[in-house]
Amino acid sequence: MSPHVKYRIGKSTGFQVLTVLLAFACVVPLIFILIYIIQAGITKINWHFLVNLPKPVGETGGGIANALLGSMIIISVASLIAIPFGILVGIYLSENKKSKLAYWCRLCVDILQGVPSIVIGIVAYFWLVKPLGGFSALSGSAALSIMMLPIIIRSTEETLLMLPDSLREAAYALGMPFHRVILKVIIPCGISGILSGVMLSVARIAGETAPLLFTAFGNTYLSTNIFKPMQSLPLLIFNYATSPYNDWHDLAWGASCILLIWVLLLNITTKLITRKWKVQL
Amino acid sequence: METTANNDLITRSENILERVITSTKIRDAVKGIKRIRRSHRQIRAENVFRRTLTIVGLVTVLLVMGIMLTLIVQSTLSIKTTGISYLWGKTWDPVRDIFGAYPFLLGTLLTSFLALFISIPFSFAVAIFLGEYYPKGWLPNLLKNTVELIAAVPSVIYGFWGLAVLVPIVRSFESSIGVDPVGLGIFTSSLILAIMVIPYAASLGQSMIKMVPANLKEAAYSLGATRWEVIRSVIIPYTKSGLFAGILLSLGRALGETMAVTMVIGNTSLIPKSIFAPGNTMASVIANEFTEADHPVYLSALIELGLVLFLVTVVINMIGKRLTKQFTN
Amino acid sequence: MKKVKTLALTAFAIIVSGGMMLVGCNGGTGNGSKADSTANSTSDNDNTILGAGSTFDNPLFSKMFSEYNKTNGLKVNYQSIGSGGGIQQLTSKTVDFGASDAPLNGKQDSALSGPVVHVPVTAGAVVISYNLPELKDTLNFTPDVLAKMFLGEIKKWNDPKIAAINKGVKLPATDILIAHRSDGSGTTNIFTTYLSKVSPEWDSKVGKGSSVNWPVGLGGKGNEGVAGSIKQTPGGVGYIELAYAMQNNMAFGKLQNKAGNFITPSIASVTSAANITIPADAKVSLTNTDAPDGYPISGLSWVLVYKEQKYSDRSADKATKMLKLIQWMIHDGQQYSGALNYAPLSPAAVTVGDAILKTVTYDGKPILQ
Repeated sequence: MSPHVKYRIGKSTGFQVLTVLLAFACVVPLIFILIYIIQAGITKINWHFLVNLPKPVGETGGGIANALLGSMIIISVASLIAIPFGILVGIYLSENKKSKLAYWCRLCVDILQGVPSIVIGIVAYFWLVKPLGGFSALSGSAALSIMMLPIIIRSTEETLLMLPDSLREAAYALGMPFHRVILKVIIPCGISGILSGVMLSVARIAGETAPLLFTAFGNTYLSTNIFKPMQSLPLLIFNYATSPYNDWHDLAWGASCILLIWVLLLNITTKLITRKWKVQL
Repeated sequence: METTANNDLITRSENILERVITSTKIRDAVKGIKRIRRSHRQIRAENVFRRTLTIVGLVTVLLVMGIMLTLIVQSTLSIKTTGISYLWGKTWDPVRDIFGAYPFLLGTLLTSFLALFISIPFSFAVAIFLGEYYPKGWLPNLLKNTVELIAAVPSVIYGFWGLAVLVPIVRSFESSIGVDPVGLGIFTSSLILAIMVIPYAASLGQSMIKMVPANLKEAAYSLGATRWEVIRSVIIPYTKSGLFAGILLSLGRALGETMAVTMVIGNTSLIPKSIFAPGNTMASVIANEFTEADHPVYLSALIELGLVLFLVTVVINMIGKRLTKQFTN
Repeated sequence: MKKVKTLALTAFAIIVSGGMMLVGCNGGTGNGSKADSTANSTSDNDNTILGAGSTFDNPLFSKMFSEYNKTNGLKVNYQSIGSGGGIQQLTSKTVDFGASDAPLNGKQDSALSGPVVHVPVTAGAVVISYNLPELKDTLNFTPDVLAKMFLGEIKKWNDPKIAAINKGVKLPATDILIAHRSDGSGTTNIFTTYLSKVSPEWDSKVGKGSSVNWPVGLGGKGNEGVAGSIKQTPGGVGYIELAYAMQNNMAFGKLQNKAGNFITPSIASVTSAANITIPADAKVSLTNTDAPDGYPISGLSWVLVYKEQKYSDRSADKATKMLKLIQWMIHDGQQYSGALNYAPLSPAAVTVGDAILKTVTYDGKPILQ
């Protein structure tokens, strides 16, 4: 083999090694962050941590109960708004490929996907906080639901488009009306893709802070009233992390640990579900 | 009395007989009516459903138009006051009502492009690794999933970690090279942003690379090309626009990122003197100052900032999407 | 398909029931009622008052409200977003009361829909805190040196101007790294008002206000952010409220006052500075005090409420509860100031505060008698 060829082969192997190194180097920061947060936070989590409210500065023994409950309520309300609406839009887009409205709708979904979360927070402030005269969990949920929409719509549309036309045609041939075809045949077939889209969107908004800064506002007490301000995990982490008190920092670490594990579990579950059920299709 | 009772019995049995005879006819008639009603109902239900779908499609469009309109309407006060020089005004002084967005534009562009610059080698390495070298297998699958998990971690957690761990490291780095050991600043934000945007270019790039037709690659191999030469001369040129779209997607994400940046950028409204200096991005200024804009012009100036941010991110995302669509077709 | 459906349904059911359980468990301590249609933050069917503003007051308020809740049961949700934030949210009527370290200025006044009263609730010192762990003695500052530092004209700690007022102290050659507020702050207002009074250069170049165009430095959000910034940066210096500095064991310097004495900020020196006649509207600045042992950067902090409480759909009951809260704050609440390094109100200030509270009306009638 001529030396030149050896050089070329050497370059090729060198590049391969470099690629492998860089590719695996990517995940090093993530693993480092995961380990650091889990180790910093896991010691702070105990039963008191989960059920107590934060204490004023200087008193020990605070907890994050208000943030946990608040997050759950805000996310549930946002999902209630976004999931049905998003799935319907996804159905609309998959059934109407040619109409003008569908073109604009698709364009708008693309635009919505790129809007920064802080801008959505501003818009929610003017649409809901000002007219209703106050901060509320509802306005926070509304902002979050706007953020969930593109993900749900996208995944619903793509899942339904992937289904073979023969399914639809067979159902029509049996004389089923349009809404039955969609609701009883198409949707159940595509449920795994739709479900994964839903879970991804929930995971996405679980950690969102910016839209809640001027909508849900935060609450030092436990609250279940969606028309009043409410605390949420990411808000609590942001407020306490930037404070100079060590006991508030501890709260923030514990909360980060919980949030991180929750979000990761959601993502991993989604992946497992899609992998498992996609095989059936 | 007997006869009236008998008469009653007769009329009653006559009625029953009549009813029995007509009832079968009625049953058939009713069945027929029911069938027609059912199909009418079906048609009506179908129409209702179709109309619902159209309505939700319309509502989506109205939603996005509403967002744009709200931003524009709320910024008009500031646009009228400051005009177009808002974009290159170097001073942001809420006390004297002088609002210039230039420091934040600069901060946003600096952090985003620096983050992109740092993350591209890694994103491409992952894309090439997964798309070309090892498309199948449990280890590459694990890598793919882990890289996607990077995108799943909430922004505020990156910010908190950055504040607690990265900032001291950068601080000691800065004192070792003789710069102000502040720790917070453009450089630190770029580092965190770089980590956060790796998955976007990586996953898009990987799917693009997988789509290169096998015969092209095989032709190159048959001519004696090494793996590296195939990548350089066949795959990369073929997927150029797709890879570029991936970069744009990462850029769009980096531009709009708020929380992680707000926590480590140093929050100064001055033009940063070096990449180690503190600065501000458009998103972090809005996050910091929105709740306290205590007079209308101030609030309007912040919203104008939001409008600029919105337009920039939307344009970049749209270009990226167009390129992707062009490539996959 | 059926399997997936049941899986999805069970998952959904678990999440929902889990949420319900938590809601149920805490329904006793929470505000059970999801109430009526368009209830806004100022509706009265639950026992919560919403306030926002000054970060300076936050440690004191969190203690005060927690104690008040124990005895009275009223829940006060206070979010420390900065004095500017408190004023803005009060203007938008999204909060029940605002808290500010600076009285409303002309621009803010004109943005309001009705007159707002200022009730003084506490006083504090804005201290110059620094991070120079190698120093054993407390540094002295003069107004002139301070202004030049924050203007960026004095850049290193061992500058001759600093050495001249700190004879015998070995100053390190580190850079001076200024930390200031990134948000609209009454603390900033107190500090810049002082600097404008003592330095004509500062007055012309920067001026005073809740949010100014700082010539140098790093921005931190809230007193918390600035304190955090100073703590983490060797050579860092910034202005924060005394309470924050003491809570976090941070070093702070002595400042030369008008009478020429170097005063250590403390509850006593703030009380000295605050021992002046308070005008009827309580809008007074305590900076650059004439008192010989008064700390020059002292300031009052006010709670702001609308003079006429009948707006939006506020009820008389809610307004009364809020006024009683504020009244408690300026009387019994003051007992918590000392432990948290806040200066209790002088008797004159309390009298003025009471008088102001009596002018707050509901539908034209004074609420407190």
